[in-house]
Amino acid sequence: MSKRRTERLLSIVVLLLSSRRYLTAEQIRNAVIGYPEQDEPFKRMFERDKEELRDLGIPLETGRANPVDDEIGYRIRRQDYQLPEIHLEPDEAAVLGIASRVWQSAELAGAAAGALLKLKAASLDLDDGDDGAATRSRGIQPRLTTQEPAFGLLWEAVRDRRPVTFDYLAGGRSNVTKRTLEPWGVVNFRGRWYVAGHDRARDAPRVFRMSRITGPVRLAGPPGSVTVPEGADVRELVKDWDRTPARDRTAVLRVREHAGVILRQWARETVAEDGHPGWDRVTVSFADAGWYADYLAEFGPDLVVIDPPDLREAVIRRLKGSLT
Amino acid sequence: MSGTGRGQAPRIVTSAERLRRLLALVPYVAARRAVGLAEAAETFGMTERELIDDLNLAWCVELKAPEPYCPIDLSYEDGEITISQAESIARPLRLAADEASALLVALRMLAEAGGGGSAVARVIAKIEAAAGAAGAASSQVRVQIESPNVPGVSATLATALSAGKRVHLRYYVPPRDEETERDVDPMRLLVVEGRHYLEGWCRRAEGVRLFRLDRVLAVDVLDLPAQVPEEAEPKDVDAGLFRPSESDVRVELDLAPDARWVAESLPCESVTELGEGRLRVVLRAADTSWVRRRVLRLGEDARVASPATLAAEVREAAAAALANYE
Repeated sequence: MSKRRTERLLSIVVLLLSSRRYLTAEQIRNAVIGYPEQDEPFKRMFERDKEELRDLGIPLETGRANPVDDEIGYRIRRQDYQLPEIHLEPDEAAVLGIASRVWQSAELAGAAAGALLKLKAASLDLDDGDDGAATRSRGIQPRLTTQEPAFGLLWEAVRDRRPVTFDYLAGGRSNVTKRTLEPWGVVNFRGRWYVAGHDRARDAPRVFRMSRITGPVRLAGPPGSVTVPEGADVRELVKDWDRTPARDRTAVLRVREHAGVILRQWARETVAEDGHPGWDRVTVSFADAGWYADYLAEFGPDLVVIDPPDLREAVIRRLKGSLT
Repeated sequence: MSGTGRGQAPRIVTSAERLRRLLALVPYVAARRAVGLAEAAETFGMTERELIDDLNLAWCVELKAPEPYCPIDLSYEDGEITISQAESIARPLRLAADEASALLVALRMLAEAGGGGSAVARVIAKIEAAAGAAGAASSQVRVQIESPNVPGVSATLATALSAGKRVHLRYYVPPRDEETERDVDPMRLLVVEGRHYLEGWCRRAEGVRLFRLDRVLAVDVLDLPAQVPEEAEPKDVDAGLFRPSESDVRVELDLAPDARWVAESLPCESVTELGEGRLRVVLRAADTSWVRRRVLRLGEDARVASPATLAAEVREAAAAALANYE
């Protein structure tokens, strides 16, 4: 069945590309092998075929088939169908080879491979792509993965400008809330995927971490029903959401020699601690006592907070919590 | 949408996928005087049998009206395919929105990572022009990459890599809060999960290692050639960076409601609800010192349920730390 269908679809493409005029459904039926005799099954089959062709990105145009009556016809304009001429220099072909391997997700790895095939079909410049392995290994090889199950549908929603609904578990909370979002874009930030857009219930821009979406994402409106506001920058939204506050406070720490390597990288001052051989006095900047105390507690017996008192108390509280 | 597996077992292909493939295969062959069957099959990620089936299908296309004719004429013999007539489908179909976006997002990420040299901007412009409206959605996918702490580390390593030189690294190992010194023969530079890495043959560990560039404290290019042994296999980073091994220690951790968000940043084998918002997570660690540090960070909100030795280590570390405050 599938073979017949592919043959039929290919015939329609060839036929409509070759015709300057709009061809009616009847003319298509007469030219293409494989349509049934009866009208109703033909109509159903033809509808499905048109949908399939459009899903593949084939620009199937409709218009009046002849000036006398209003019968609808179909055509595919070559300039809309054909990939434009493209020529690549050898270094450009190598870069395209690296780019086509970036996506590791089921959703877009196939799309990137499909694009590369079309480009290879359009131009001989990419033929030596795999001989460029040596060139590739010299450059940076980025990888993009999508482990979040929500990614596929959210990307479709963004691409087709459709609203979505999903259940969301906000950070630090244990109750799930139902959200309706007009998605403006998806962002990968520090290796994690986010979706940003207009939250209808809150009537404001919101950012959601995809890994915290529980259950399925559902499309909640037709294509084109989302308007992305002029100048909306989804990357900035995600950055704001994840922004670390200014480090405007100062802490004085006693740190054992050789410990706290990264801490010392950020330190404003490190000096040997008087009266405590084997320890240094490290002065650092921090933002929030609660967050910073979490981090300092990690160092266990290798670090003592001298000042300020609230940070000192917070670290002692964490450590006492670990005793029981 | 689906992945095109290279070298995978034959799978069921829908008529739409098959048509998509044919509409690239026909122009691919038509643009070349002759193409080897094996070469075309490899390029399109299919077996030679599947390829011949596709060619037959294209060849069989016949239009009945206005006059019967066969628009596609091709032949394959001696392992070579030639297409003498491809009519209206001699050129490939335009890029679809997914295809254009996948490539453009990847190219822009490569540019942001500092890769691709001067060619990357030219390719982006060419692909944007060829894609037209299909590329529009790509601007709604953004990728942000962390920059290494020490500026210039990435450029220095890229130079060493292209010159084939060994490097000396001062490298921070967080689980042990330790600074290490080692000589490394660079193999490649990667960006995975938003971070830069150097993959190389570590002469200290005598194995292939990944080094996070934001943990490189200093780098020197040595006046020695990099000697990556034959047996050095690049790591398969695409299945995730963290690969638990059976020899790793199994750790059970109980998290209070305030700390349940921690689960998403841990390499958990399983996550179980304990009721009232509490979670039990099971993870594997080659070196439990990082687990000890994470648990200390969480204070009363995390408890090591097993192994008992690790639970004792946490208590001892906390007690020793508190003694410093007395």
